[in-house]
Amino acid sequence: MIIELGHFMLVLALALALIQSVVPIWGAQTDDNRLMAVASPLAILQFLFIGLAFAALTNAYVTSDFSVQNVWENSHSQMPLLFKFTSVWGNHEGSMLLWVFILAIFSALVGAFGNNLPPKLKANTLAVQGWITSAFLLFVLLTSNPFHRIANAPIEGRDLNPILQDIGLAIHPPLLYLGYVGFSIAFSFSIAALLEGRIDAAWARFVRPWVLTAWGLLTLGIAMGSYWAYYELGWGGYWFWDPVENASFMPWLCGTALLHSAIVMEKRGALKVWTILLSILTFSLSLLGTFLVRSGVLTSVHAFATDPSRGVFILALLIAFIGGGLSLFAWRAPMLKQGGIFSPISREGSLVFNNLFLSASAAAVLIGTLYPLALEAITGAKISVGAPFFNATFGPMMIPLLVAVPIGPLLAWKRGDLFAAFQRLFVALGAAILVTVLCYSLIDGGSAMAPLGIGLAVWIMVGALAEIQLRIGLFKLPIAKSVSRFVGLPRTVFGAALGHFGLGMTLLGLMVATAYQSETILVMKPGDHAAVSGYSFELGGFREHSAFNYVDLIGTFKVTKDGKEVTELHPAKRVYTSRNMPTTETAIYTIAGVTQLYVSLGDKQDDDGIGVRIYYKPWVTFIWLGCVVMFIGGCFSLSDRRLRIGAPARKGRAKEAAGTA
Amino acid sequence: MLANPHSLRSVFRSATKLMAALLLILSVQFLSSPAFAVKPDEMLKDPGLEARAREISEGLRCLVCQNQSIDDSDAPLAHDLRVLVRERLTKGDSNQEVKDFLVDRYGEFVLLKPTFSSKNLLLWAFGPLVLLLGGASVFLFYQRNRVLAQKAEASGQTHLSKEEKDRLDLILSDDDKT
Repeated sequence: MIIELGHFMLVLALALALIQSVVPIWGAQTDDNRLMAVASPLAILQFLFIGLAFAALTNAYVTSDFSVQNVWENSHSQMPLLFKFTSVWGNHEGSMLLWVFILAIFSALVGAFGNNLPPKLKANTLAVQGWITSAFLLFVLLTSNPFHRIANAPIEGRDLNPILQDIGLAIHPPLLYLGYVGFSIAFSFSIAALLEGRIDAAWARFVRPWVLTAWGLLTLGIAMGSYWAYYELGWGGYWFWDPVENASFMPWLCGTALLHSAIVMEKRGALKVWTILLSILTFSLSLLGTFLVRSGVLTSVHAFATDPSRGVFILALLIAFIGGGLSLFAWRAPMLKQGGIFSPISREGSLVFNNLFLSASAAAVLIGTLYPLALEAITGAKISVGAPFFNATFGPMMIPLLVAVPIGPLLAWKRGDLFAAFQRLFVALGAAILVTVLCYSLIDGGSAMAPLGIGLAVWIMVGALAEIQLRIGLFKLPIAKSVSRFVGLPRTVFGAALGHFGLGMTLLGLMVATAYQSETILVMKPGDHAAVSGYSFELGGFREHSAFNYVDLIGTFKVTKDGKEVTELHPAKRVYTSRNMPTTETAIYTIAGVTQLYVSLGDKQDDDGIGVRIYYKPWVTFIWLGCVVMFIGGCFSLSDRRLRIGAPARKGRAKEAAGTA
Repeated sequence: MLANPHSLRSVFRSATKLMAALLLILSVQFLSSPAFAVKPDEMLKDPGLEARAREISEGLRCLVCQNQSIDDSDAPLAHDLRVLVRERLTKGDSNQEVKDFLVDRYGEFVLLKPTFSSKNLLLWAFGPLVLLLGGASVFLFYQRNRVLAQKAEASGQTHLSKEEKDRLDLILSDDDKT
C-alpha cells in the first residue's frame, strides 16, 4: 500500500510540476502577481511529494519488501541497515528518483528563501525548474519506475552489487547529485533572465550562492568518489579518466569557470553574456553526464541500440534543454547590454584567462569522452581513449592556468600592474624555486618533471595567502592593526584564498604521490618479510571470517620501522557468496595524516603463499584534503554578508569603503 | 600454448568474435570486480624489462573491460596480454614493436592513446582548437573594448586627473571589502 502511495505521490508531483511550468511564466508575461505567487508553494509541495515517494521506496528497502521489483533486485534481508538505506540509490531507478528529489530540494529552497528576488525573475526561474522537474519525473514514471511490483514475491532478494556495499555509496552519489543537479538553478536563472531580456549585476549576486553551493558539493562528491575508488579497487589508483568520472568532472570544470565569471559580472557588470552562456553549458554538461551514466551507452553502444528506451528518452531531454537553452540564448543574448571595459592585464582579464583555459580543458575532456562513442556509432571503428590521451591534452592546458592562479587576485580591477603583482608574490616565487631545487638535490628517483610540479604547487599555496597578507598589511603595518584588518576582511577573500590553497594542496598530493610512491608486488608466505620504503611488512598468517553474504580471507601484517612496531594491518580478500564475486578489502595506515601505507591481497597460490601488493604513498591524502579545503573555501564565500543580503547595498558599501580608506 | 604464435593467433581470432557477443556481460562484470592487476608470477626477473613492460601495459586497453589498462585489470584476457607483452620483450622487441604487434592483432582499440591519424584528427585537435578560437574571441573582445574606450575619449570623457585617479583606484580596490 505504501508503495502505491509513493507511486501516486510521484504522479501528483508531476501534475504540480506541469502547473509550475506554465502558470508562473504566464503570470510574469501578463504582470499578474497572483499567478506568479503560485510558483513558491508549488515548488515546496513538489519537494514534499517527491520526498514522500522517496520515503516510501526507502521504507520498502528497510522492511525488505521483495514484492517490489527494485527492492528484490538490489537488496537482501540480512544486509546491515546502512546498506538497506543506501541501496535505495544503488541502482538505476532509485538513483533517478534521488536525482529528481534533489532537483525538488533546490527548487523548494529557491521557493522558500528567494524572497529577495525580483518577483518576475523568481517566477520565471521556478517555472524553468518546473520544466526540468516535469521532464525527469516523466522519465522516472515512464521508463524507470522504482515502484513496480512483482506478482509472486520472492522470499529473498538478489543482494546489492558487492562493490557498492560500502560506506562510500552512502556519501558519494548524494554529494555528486547535489553538485550537478545544483547547477540546474544557475541554468534556470539564466533562462529566466533571457526570457525577461533583462540582466544586471544583481542577477550575478543572486546566482552566485547557488553556483557556490553546487560547486562546493560537486568538489566534495568527486573527491569522495576518487577516495572510494582508491581504497576499494585495491591497486592504489585514484583517478582513471573513466567516462563516468569525466561525466562529473566536466560540469566541475565548467562550474569552476562559471564561479569565476560570475565574480566579474557581479563586481564590474562585464561578461554578462558569457556568464549566461556558461551557466547554460554547465548544466548541459550535467545533463550529458546523466545521459552517459544512465543510458547504458558507455557499457556498450550495442546495448544502447538494443534497448534504447531510456537512452533515447534522456537524449531527447538533452536535446530539448541544451538545444532550447542555446537557441534562446542566440535569440536573446544580443539584446543584453554589455558593460564594463577593462584591459587584458586586470582582475577581469585574469578571470577571462581562467575561463578560456577551463573551457578549453573541459572541451578536451568532452571530446575524449564522446569521440569513441561517436566514431563507433558513425563508422563502426572502435578506438579507446584513456588516461594517456587525457594526460597529453588536458595536462598541458592546465599548466598556464595553474601558473596564473596566484597572480589574478593581486591585479587591480580594470587595469592591473603585472610587475607589481609579481613583486607582491616574491615570497611565493622564492618558496617555489627553493622547494624545486631542494627536491632536485635531495630526492633520488622520480621523474624529472616532478620537482617542477611540486614547485608549482608551492607557488599556488603560498601565493594564495599573498592576497590576505597584502590586504591586512602584514609585516608592513603594526601587528595589532593587521590583526584587526584580518578580522574585518570579507569572507569572500578567505574563500578565494582557501579555494586556491586547496587546489595547490591537491596538486602537491598528486605530484608527490605519483613521483615518489613505491610499489611492491610479491608472493608472501606466513613469516615472510617485505621491505617497502624503509618499512618492513611481516605476514603473520591468515584467518577466515564469514558474514551472511561474504567470506573473508584476512591476512595479518605487522608493520615495523627500524625495529619499532608501527601498526598491524588486516587486508582481506573477500568473496561475496550470492554473486560469487571477489573484492579486495585494502588495509590502509596513514602516517601523520598525509602519507599512506596501503596493502591489498591478491590470489592465494598453490603453496600457501598469497599475492600481496604493498604501496608507500607519500602525501597522498593531500589530494583529497585539498578538495576538502576547496569546499571549506566555498563555505566561507557562501557565508559572506554580501551574498546573504542579496541585493547590492550601494550606500552601505560606499560608507564602508570610505571608512577603511 | 603461448609458445606457438600461429595457434595463439587462431585462438585469439575466435576469441575476438566471441568477445563482441560477450562484451556486455563481461564489461558489466569486470566493471564491478576488483582490479588486482599484475600478479607476482607474471613479473620478469630483469627489473629493467619489467619496468618497460609496466610502461607499455599502462597504455594498452584490456579489451573486455571498461576503459581499464591491462596493468590495472584482473580479467583473464588482461593476464594473457601482460604475459604476451613480457614474452615479446624478452625476445628483444622494442616498446614500439610490442605495441605494433598488438595493434596488428587487435586493432587500434587496444591502444589507450589513439594514434595521430586522420580519423582521429578531431579528437586531438578539438581541445587546442577551442583554446585558439577562444583566444581569438578574447582578442577581438579586447580590441572592441579599446575602440569603445577611444570613442568615449573622443566624445569628451577625458582622463581623470592624477588625484582623482588615485582616489578612484583606492575605492575600487576596496570595493570588494564590503
